[in-house]
Amino acid sequence: MISLTINGKQHDLDVPAEMPLLWVIRDIVGLTGTKFGCGVAQCGACTVHVGEDAVRSCSVPVGTVAGKAITTIEGLGTPEQLHPLQAAWVEAQVPQCGYCQSGQLMAISSLLKQNPHPTEDDLAQAISNICRCGTYDRIREAVANVGKAGA
Amino acid sequence: MMAPLNRADFVKLSATFAGSLVLAFGIDGCANESAGRAAASSAPEAGGFTPNQWLVLHPDGKATVIINKSEMGQGVATGLPTVLADELDLPFDDVIVAFAPAAPQYVDPVFKAQITGGSTSTAAMWMPLRIAGATAREMLATAAAKQWGVDAATLQTKQGSVIDPASNKTASYGSLVAAASQLAVPKTPKLKSASEFTLIGKQNARYDTLDKVTGRAQYGIDVRVPNMKVATVLHPPVFGATIRSFDASKAKAIHGVTDVVRLPDDMGIAVVATNTWAAFEGRKALAVTYDTGAFRKIGSADLYARFHALAQSKDGAKVALSRGSLEGVHGTVVDATYQGPPAAHATMEPMNATASVTADGVEIWAPTQVQTFAQMSAAKIAGVPPEKVTVHTTYLGGGFGRRLYHDYTDEAVAVSKAIGAPVQVIWPREEDIQHDWYRPMAVSHLRGTLDANGDLVALDHTVVMDSIMAPLLGPPKNGVDDISLDTAVNSPYAIPNVRVNYIDPKSGVPAGSLRAPGANWNAFAVESFIDEAAHAAGKDPVAFRLALLAHDPRAVAVIKTVVQRAGSPAPGTAHGLAFGPWNGTNCATIAEVSMEGTKPRVHRVWVVADCGTVVNPTIVMQQLVGATYYGLSMALYGNITIKDGAVEQHNFYDYAVLRMADAPKVDAYAIPSTEKPSGIGEPATTPIAPAVANAIFALNGSRVRTLPFVPNA
Repeated sequence: MISLTINGKQHDLDVPAEMPLLWVIRDIVGLTGTKFGCGVAQCGACTVHVGEDAVRSCSVPVGTVAGKAITTIEGLGTPEQLHPLQAAWVEAQVPQCGYCQSGQLMAISSLLKQNPHPTEDDLAQAISNICRCGTYDRIREAVANVGKAGA
Repeated sequence: MMAPLNRADFVKLSATFAGSLVLAFGIDGCANESAGRAAASSAPEAGGFTPNQWLVLHPDGKATVIINKSEMGQGVATGLPTVLADELDLPFDDVIVAFAPAAPQYVDPVFKAQITGGSTSTAAMWMPLRIAGATAREMLATAAAKQWGVDAATLQTKQGSVIDPASNKTASYGSLVAAASQLAVPKTPKLKSASEFTLIGKQNARYDTLDKVTGRAQYGIDVRVPNMKVATVLHPPVFGATIRSFDASKAKAIHGVTDVVRLPDDMGIAVVATNTWAAFEGRKALAVTYDTGAFRKIGSADLYARFHALAQSKDGAKVALSRGSLEGVHGTVVDATYQGPPAAHATMEPMNATASVTADGVEIWAPTQVQTFAQMSAAKIAGVPPEKVTVHTTYLGGGFGRRLYHDYTDEAVAVSKAIGAPVQVIWPREEDIQHDWYRPMAVSHLRGTLDANGDLVALDHTVVMDSIMAPLLGPPKNGVDDISLDTAVNSPYAIPNVRVNYIDPKSGVPAGSLRAPGANWNAFAVESFIDEAAHAAGKDPVAFRLALLAHDPRAVAVIKTVVQRAGSPAPGTAHGLAFGPWNGTNCATIAEVSMEGTKPRVHRVWVVADCGTVVNPTIVMQQLVGATYYGLSMALYGNITIKDGAVEQHNFYDYAVLRMADAPKVDAYAIPSTEKPSGIGEPATTPIAPAVANAIFALNGSRVRTLPFVPNA
């Protein structure tokens, strides 16, 4: 049995310790907002928070985060109560296909805790999540406007 | 083929439709807290008003708009309902979007099949959806007129209500649904003039944004069906190989693996499990031996050598276009050969589909661009008639043409049939990179002649590229593939003497339709060559182009506008321009470039398009910027190489794509227009590569004729 807290709710799971956290979240716990993109920590679509740190859950064996508090996109904010970053995403109309956006939001919301006002260079250095639709320009705009009126 | 909808059809359709909603509410019909808006739309209830197959108006005043196009990021789930809602005078917030089932009522009027491709969705559906909205509006007004005993022509509609200006009476659409549904459907409803539009050109927010920032949007991999298994597939790595034998004992020993299935026609071997990770581990544990044909000896260098030899010898060339005569044209010859590799789509959502084959038929849930083809192919595999195959379309995590192919839906059907249970087939990224339908490898040879005035008076243009059409729609007539030749055979440049030669080298690498297919290569060759010709003539490349396009004022306007917006290059950089006409949309791009060693650094890009009427300004900007990035990614890094008959790349660590650090600022602008809308999803993909190449030449005088710019990223 491995115990995890996901979005504030405890789960006791009968899974192999080496199963990646991504598949525990998606297939065992049933939260599908966290996406599978590459399986090798390259694209960032599977990013979640372990504590306050952004991790690429496809490459984290669940046994290594036993007992930890996990936050997924479902726990970041809700349609009724958006996280400020999600509100900024809506204001800037960031998503296109949207598939990578859970990961982008989780990666950048973690960054903002260490660096509340990242420059574009900071973002380029810290955020390597892949978006194939090409929302990078609007992500920069949204991050620059987080917390401002209307966002 | 646009079958008129009768009531019985709609009832049948509604039943189909209701089925897809069960899925949206998750396993066992329990409300899934992550189910998003599109998925959560309700089935047409009794008393709903269904004047046509595109619209169900509910008694609460909300309207379900059914769209026959797949939402892959390009915005059809917003743009198409906007068109209908505008004519209906319905607030956009009252729209609920539903994806159409595969059914005759929903075939595309041009393709004659349910397909999303070619940036044609808005152009093709513009009139049908306007008529659908106007029809309903007229019926609602007539219903109110009867109730009030007035002439319907004196009534107005606004914001979901019918208004009588004479008496100040108003009636909400919802209150008129029952009465309206009893009326005859008008044959020629009055359409708005452009000045009367309230949403078209003004609606900016997307329908799907909130679901996509909260993780609620449902993609193919999010489908959950009761008792569903998960499977993945190992495909033969060498193209054309067949499976000789395989040992599944190690795979079956993995906890969670339940079955190993050899798929028909050497599609591959599927490992079925209770969860995705077990299936992936099982795939890695398979031991397979293959019979490989002659292709196992082939590598990229062999293919390039053969392509170059063909481009020079023109052996087997078909003349695709002959205008004027190349004989007797004399002057300064400009001769250049360009070369580019295959490129992968690499959509963010890997290939996947869910299928359930039962005695009653087949049900498929898939992120697909080809509902009709997926349905027909599934019917063949399952041995049932096509009408027994229900296709539910999810959101697509990117498409770019990859999901015009139904290999992965076929696999889901075959596995479900074999195991007798619903199954989700999901490919690991490695299978996606190694088993794509690639933008084909190409070599283009252009030989032009400049007369004494420096005018380009002749062009002999040879394209060596696999047929893109053949795997998708069958071999082209006369052996000339107009898709592979797009932007070569239909170039608007007024060159009096032109011959375009096409050679299909049948390379053995699967060729496919990738965002602006054909054009995304040919534009590099044509626009680089025009630049070379201008410099050889001692002329300004912009003026040189404008002279060749003087007959086309919309093309001229796009080029002049992008030049004006870009201004002068920043110190240490240079600007390069390219023109990209594509499927009715004119597009022009300027790239501002400097060099970091051998790598071009693209600092800023300006892109201007004329796509006729803009339905949603935000989405048009998204597509101009996004297609620019997609084209830039392919131009900088896109490099599929073949060794021993197989693709050498595996995943994003060796198939590099554009990330934020390389993404320039893009200034995108659409020319204001009241012309009929044309496509915007693909055009900006094509001019960015030659714009960068032309900028490099302007910067340091070196001409890059080979893509990608950074071959070993």
